[in-house]
Amino acid sequence: MEILVCARRVPDTSENEIQLTSAGNDIERDDLVYSINEPDNYAVEEALQITARVGGTVTVVTVGTEEDEEILRREMAMGATHGVLISDDVFAGSDGKGIATILSAFVRKGRYDLILTGVQAEDGGAQVGGMLAAILDYPFASLVNSIEVIDRKKLKISREIAGGNKEINEIDLPCVLSIQTGINEPRYVGMRGIRQVASIPIPTPSAAELGIDPATVGEIAAKVKRVDYFVPALGKGAEMLEGSREENIEKLFELVVAKGGVK
Amino acid sequence: MSRIFACIIHKAGVADDSAVELITAAKAIDTSASPTAIVAGSGPELDAVCESLRSSYAETWKISNQALAYPNAELIRKALVKVLPPQAIVLVAHEHFGIDLAPGLSVKTNAAYVSDVLAIEGVEGAQLKVVRQEFGGQVSAHVRCDISAGAVITVRPGAFKPLASAPTNGIVVDKSGQIGELSAGRRYVETIVAEAGDVDITKHNVLVSIGRGIQEKDNVHLAQELAEALGVAVSCSRPVVDAKWLEKSRQVGSSGKTVKPKVYLAFGISGSFQHLAGLKGNPFIVAVNKNPKAPIFQVADVGIVDDILEFIPEFTNKVTEMRRAA
Repeated sequence: MEILVCARRVPDTSENEIQLTSAGNDIERDDLVYSINEPDNYAVEEALQITARVGGTVTVVTVGTEEDEEILRREMAMGATHGVLISDDVFAGSDGKGIATILSAFVRKGRYDLILTGVQAEDGGAQVGGMLAAILDYPFASLVNSIEVIDRKKLKISREIAGGNKEINEIDLPCVLSIQTGINEPRYVGMRGIRQVASIPIPTPSAAELGIDPATVGEIAAKVKRVDYFVPALGKGAEMLEGSREENIEKLFELVVAKGGVK
Repeated sequence: MSRIFACIIHKAGVADDSAVELITAAKAIDTSASPTAIVAGSGPELDAVCESLRSSYAETWKISNQALAYPNAELIRKALVKVLPPQAIVLVAHEHFGIDLAPGLSVKTNAAYVSDVLAIEGVEGAQLKVVRQEFGGQVSAHVRCDISAGAVITVRPGAFKPLASAPTNGIVVDKSGQIGELSAGRRYVETIVAEAGDVDITKHNVLVSIGRGIQEKDNVHLAQELAEALGVAVSCSRPVVDAKWLEKSRQVGSSGKTVKPKVYLAFGISGSFQHLAGLKGNPFIVAVNKNPKAPIFQVADVGIVDDILEFIPEFTNKVTEMRRAA
C-alpha cells in the first residue's frame, strides 16, 4: 500500500508558554520549541504499522520552508521511506483551502492508496484533510482511531465519537483519513536515527513543477485570515495561592476539607 | 445578507442542544436573521425532530432518505449541495459530525470555512469577524473571513447561549424530492459503546485528575497515592490515555466521561475545552500547573503554580498526617 502522510511543524505547546508580541498581532516565536504536530506523528506511526503488515511505502509531505525540513528528517528516522518539502514563495499566507489545494496537486502527480493527516494542528482547524478529500473526490473520515486493511480496495476504520464510543465504518480506497491521537504508540526517535537520514535528499517541488495556479493559493486566494491574537479574560480566574509550597499545601488542605473533599 | 442555515444534529428523534445555540450564532452574524434549520434523516425519528424545531425555527427543511438513517457526512454533504442556494452561510456544531461534514462542504460550495468558532463579532462589508482559540486555548485569535461566496462555520458547543425568545410556529418544508440517489465511499457499520472500566469515575464526589504534566507512567502512582490518602478516585485528561498510562474509562472530557464531582483536583492539566466539556455540575476546581498561562487557571477556583511531581507527594504526606491526627 502506498501511503502519503501530510504533516506540519508547529510550536510545541506542551513545552512552551505562549506569549504575545508587544504589538499583539502574533505570538512570540523566538524562543519557541517546534516539533511535528502531535497527531501527524501518530499518523506517520500508523502508516508505518500498516506497511509493516501489508507492504508498501510511506511518504511524508509538508508545505513550508527549509525550516520545516527537520520534521521530515525526524519522520524518516522513524522509518518513512520518503520526505517531500513542497516549497514556493507564492504559498505564503495560504489558508486551509490553499494548503489543501497545494497537497491535491502533489497527490495527483503520484499514486497513493491512502492519505493520512493529523486530526488537527495546534493553530489549525481540523480542515485540511476534509478539504483535500473533497478536492480529490475521495471518501473521508475524521477522528480515526483504528485502521484495519480488509483488502486492496477497502479499509475498516473506527472513528472516535462522543463519550469514548466508536463508530465503525467501511471506506473505499483511495481515501483520506484524519488520525486522532492515541491510535498507537509512536516509536522513539533518537539523535542517532536522525543523523543516519541526514544526507538523504529531500525533493522540494515548486508551484510550477506541480502545475499549481498561483492565483489559487497564498494570501491572494485566502478567504480566511488571522487578524491578531489576544489573551481572553474568560471567567473570573482562579484565586492564586502564592505562599511557600508548605503554606499552599496547608491552605489547600483546609479548602478541600471545607468543600467536602476529605471523607 | 446571505441566507443563514443551521445544520441540525439529532439522535433518536431528539435535536442536539446545539440546535438552539446555532440560532444565537446566526443572530450574531445578522441581528435580523431568521435562520433556516436543515435536518437530514429518515422515518418517524426525522419527523419528530422537525416537529420539535417548529417552536424555535421559522422554517425547517426536511431531507428524508433511507440512506440517511445514520448520519453519514458524505451523503449529507451531497444532499446539502443540491438544496443550498448560492452564497449560503451554513452553521453546524463543532463535534464529530460537524468536523466530518464542514471542510468538504466548503470545498463543494466554494465557500469560506472557519472552524470551532467561539464568538462572532459581526460583519463589515463581505468580511465576517470571529474569535477562535489556538494553542490549546492559551491564546485567542480574531479571524476575518470573506463570506461573499458563502461560508461554512463550525460553532463550539456551549459557546453560544440559547436566546430567550417567544416560541414561533414554524413551517416544515420537505426538500427530499430534490436529492435523488445517494451513495458514498464510506459506509456505517456499527457503533461500539465504550467499555466500563474498573472504577466508575462518574460516581465519585472527589477526583484527583492528572494531565500531561505527570510526564511519565512511572509518576502515575503519585496521584494514586494521593487518591488513596483522600479515599477518592484518579481520573485524567486525554494525553494520559493517549500515552496508555491510564485506561480510557478514566478520561474526563468530550471524548471520555462526563463527571459531576463536588471537588476536582486538576494536576498538570492545561484545561482544553474538550476536557472542560466533561466537567459538569460546577465543581470546586483546584488547579496545580507549572505553566502560569495554562487555561485551567481561568476556570479554576483556586490555582497554584508549582511542579506537580514535587507538590503531589508533599500534599499526600499532609493528608496522611492530618487523617492520622484526626
